[in-house]
Amino acid sequence: MTDTTPEFAPVDPSRREAKSLLAVDARTRRRNAAESRFKAYGIGAIAIAILALAWLVITILSDGLPAFRQTYATVPVTLSAEVVDPKGNRDPAEMSSVFTLSYGQLLTDGIKTYLAENSIDIPNLSDTDIADFFSDQARTTLRTQVLTDPEMVGQTVEVPALTSARVDGYFKGRVTMEQAAIDSRTSPEQLMLADALKDRGALETKFNWDFITNADASETRPEAAGLGVAIIGSAYMMLIVLALALPIGVAASIYLEEFAPQNRFTDIIEVNISNLAAVPSIVFGILGLAAFINFAGLPRSAPVVGGLVLTLMTLPTIIIATRAALKAVPPSIRDAALGVGASRMQTVFHHVLPLALPGILTGTIIGLAGALGETAPLLLIGMVAFVQDIPSAPPAGFFEPASALPVQVYNWTNRADPAFFERASGAIIVLLLFLLCMNLLAIYLRRKFERRW
Amino acid sequence: MPVLWIILIVLALAAVGYVLGSRRALQQVDGDIRQLHSRPSYYGWNVALYVMVPSFIVMLIWLLAQPLIVERSVSRYLPDEAISEGESRGLVLNQVGQVAGTLRAAINQDVLTRPEALSLTVDDQDRLDLMRENGLALLTQQPILDAAQHNLRITQAGATWLSIIVILLSVGGLAYALWRTNPEFRARNVVEQVIRYILIGCSSIAIATTVGIVLSLVFESINFFQLYPWTDFFFGTEWTPSFGGGSELGLLPLLWGTLYISFIALLVSVPIGLFAAIYMSEYASPRVRSFAKPMIEVLAGIPTIVYGLFALVTVGPLLRDWIAQPLNLGDTGSSVATAGIVMGIMLIPFVSSLSDDIINSVPQSLRDGSLGLGSTHSETIRQVVLPAALPGIVGAVLLAASRAIGETMIVVLGAGAMAQIDVNPFEAMTTITVKIVGQLTGDNDFASPETLVAFALGLTLFTITLALNIVALYIVRKYREQYE
Repeated sequence: MTDTTPEFAPVDPSRREAKSLLAVDARTRRRNAAESRFKAYGIGAIAIAILALAWLVITILSDGLPAFRQTYATVPVTLSAEVVDPKGNRDPAEMSSVFTLSYGQLLTDGIKTYLAENSIDIPNLSDTDIADFFSDQARTTLRTQVLTDPEMVGQTVEVPALTSARVDGYFKGRVTMEQAAIDSRTSPEQLMLADALKDRGALETKFNWDFITNADASETRPEAAGLGVAIIGSAYMMLIVLALALPIGVAASIYLEEFAPQNRFTDIIEVNISNLAAVPSIVFGILGLAAFINFAGLPRSAPVVGGLVLTLMTLPTIIIATRAALKAVPPSIRDAALGVGASRMQTVFHHVLPLALPGILTGTIIGLAGALGETAPLLLIGMVAFVQDIPSAPPAGFFEPASALPVQVYNWTNRADPAFFERASGAIIVLLLFLLCMNLLAIYLRRKFERRW
Repeated sequence: MPVLWIILIVLALAAVGYVLGSRRALQQVDGDIRQLHSRPSYYGWNVALYVMVPSFIVMLIWLLAQPLIVERSVSRYLPDEAISEGESRGLVLNQVGQVAGTLRAAINQDVLTRPEALSLTVDDQDRLDLMRENGLALLTQQPILDAAQHNLRITQAGATWLSIIVILLSVGGLAYALWRTNPEFRARNVVEQVIRYILIGCSSIAIATTVGIVLSLVFESINFFQLYPWTDFFFGTEWTPSFGGGSELGLLPLLWGTLYISFIALLVSVPIGLFAAIYMSEYASPRVRSFAKPMIEVLAGIPTIVYGLFALVTVGPLLRDWIAQPLNLGDTGSSVATAGIVMGIMLIPFVSSLSDDIINSVPQSLRDGSLGLGSTHSETIRQVVLPAALPGIVGAVLLAASRAIGETMIVVLGAGAMAQIDVNPFEAMTTITVKIVGQLTGDNDFASPETLVAFALGLTLFTITLALNIVALYIVRKYREQYE
């Protein structure tokens, strides 16, 4: 009270005279200004947060959307028999002895013939420029096609061939003529060739299914790198997390919420769960490395270890959500069931649990979404390995090396070629789409089963 | 027999047991359910549980214990002469394990038959060449190969005994439970008791996880401190690991980087988060709130790798070109400021959601009292609501700080890897989490201090974040009780 006491002292009469009810005095104006300033800070804070979100999303979209489109060149390629099938008996086993390099020569010849026939003349266009015009992957693809269909030998075919990352980047605005002049891996002539082909319709940029289905590719061919293995690896891990974390989490919550007595043991469990929810994710990675790989001897880079680690990480989230859902079921339901002679176990499993199920599912989906985006622990258990083979079907596939979506992003950001940054952003778009779908599903479930008692 | 097969056999036996059990109970009362103590399905479940529970428990213990027993037996088998000078027994045992793994792979890929693998000697050039052709190079000395074959033999014997014992146990359980099935048997009570124990077991996984974390961190850290003096680790100011030996592994530069980045992150997130929370809980109309709150919370749901890429590709170059280079403060995009600002954006929702809850829980009567005395809305907030909510807000900030200290991907991608103590925020620095990733990825030899240091770093990180979390939870909880 002492602070306010002077306010009640007699006010100077001159001040009192000047005061009208309608005029706002200086002090009130100051206070009102402070009021609106304070409000503006709040609006500013919210605006900054939302702008940051928008900035993040727009950057990722503008960087990543080009990864879904890829440039292919379609020129007639003559698969001359003496090159691809020197023995002349159309036997794939013998044809497989032909190196991919020879197929690259065929592609180069195809372009040269095409240029001559259409009388396109590009000054200073060297053979290396034409050879580098295609991705290394293009000749491998062509070889595979010929080996699976030996009838193609001797014919002139038009198959879309993957162009190199620089040519592709030229049409996406990533590579310019000026840059090409100083870049050792492309040249302005190459880009002029690309323009010429584009004018005649022999070059097109189309939707890139390979980005979603292919495996990762080596450092030198970003244009061929895809997400296939990462998507499968992530899916396997999510399956393991769902199969383990959901039942264990629900069982633990049922015990703690419905049966646990108030004693030391349950206290320790409660404290443990809230602590685990806040342990840094990388510590779970160390646990996985020490316990599952070094001690239990499970294979490195395998979805099973990743799944187990993510299960342990996700459990607290699921337990907290499930307990909230169980708590929301009114006691009258339990009383009614007990009243007609059900045991406590029957009450919980036949009546409470079904009513809490939508809440449990929502919490589980949110936990899974968190696990899907987790990177750090997976780095420690060796999911960074370069994996080219798509893992087989479960359960054997759980023990084979795989990648995961966020780790694939991390892998690509570690590579020098700027084309990999585009791929990384594209992979993030895929990841965010998955997360969006999961969250929409969670919102839908909550809306659909929302119940008021 | 592979473990998966044993599990499937036990599950099949359990299914058979369920059908037999419920049918037997019904038969004994000629289909009149009223004479049974429990419903028929409980008799079925009773049998199934008798099949599954003992066999799975035995299997679990066996699988956990077998590697330890095998290692001890192999260690006894390994003569002391086999361990050359300068090598520890653990290192040789590690080699034995690797050789055994290669042999097992050779058997699995049908390169060698089992007897061939068990009789392989280092002089047997033909078979070694055969293995090399299949990508299974085997470079070792005879004693280690002998020990590896011994390992293979007992592992094989262990697997055989495991399948025999587990299957006998489940058949025995089936028979016993069926014999016990009669109308007076209280099947429901037994089943419910078992389910109750299963529920308790599931709850205990939280404890098991914590114990696992602590054990794995502590054991490997002890190994580390036997190789590297702890005073040098905790008080060293140099971080220069080299896998050839002679590394300086001082914690202080990493700790400095961690705290500095977290400080900048809090500098960004606390004012923004707090003002956002104040506006949303005190001023915003329900419509604005229902739009703004979920939008801000989206920030918390975005994976950290996305923020990492954002820092690396967008924010880093921007800070470098617009601030660091014009002011001559440095010319790297990976800097403390980059990682700190991006991490700050990530932490906004943590601060704002928790503060929002806490501000909302300040009773309306306090506000009414203040407004009734003639203070403006903002004066009420600053002088009544915030002081009342302060302990809770401090708790929220501490929780955000522990998130910042444990954050990995943003700093891995945004802050660089230079371990140094510097005050310039536009210099690259590094954190504890970055170095854990750095020391543990790639081919690691678990006997070198350069790898083991990661566990000591992990222990430090775990201790710091745990302490912060406990303090924060204590403050938040204690404060929340005040008005209830």
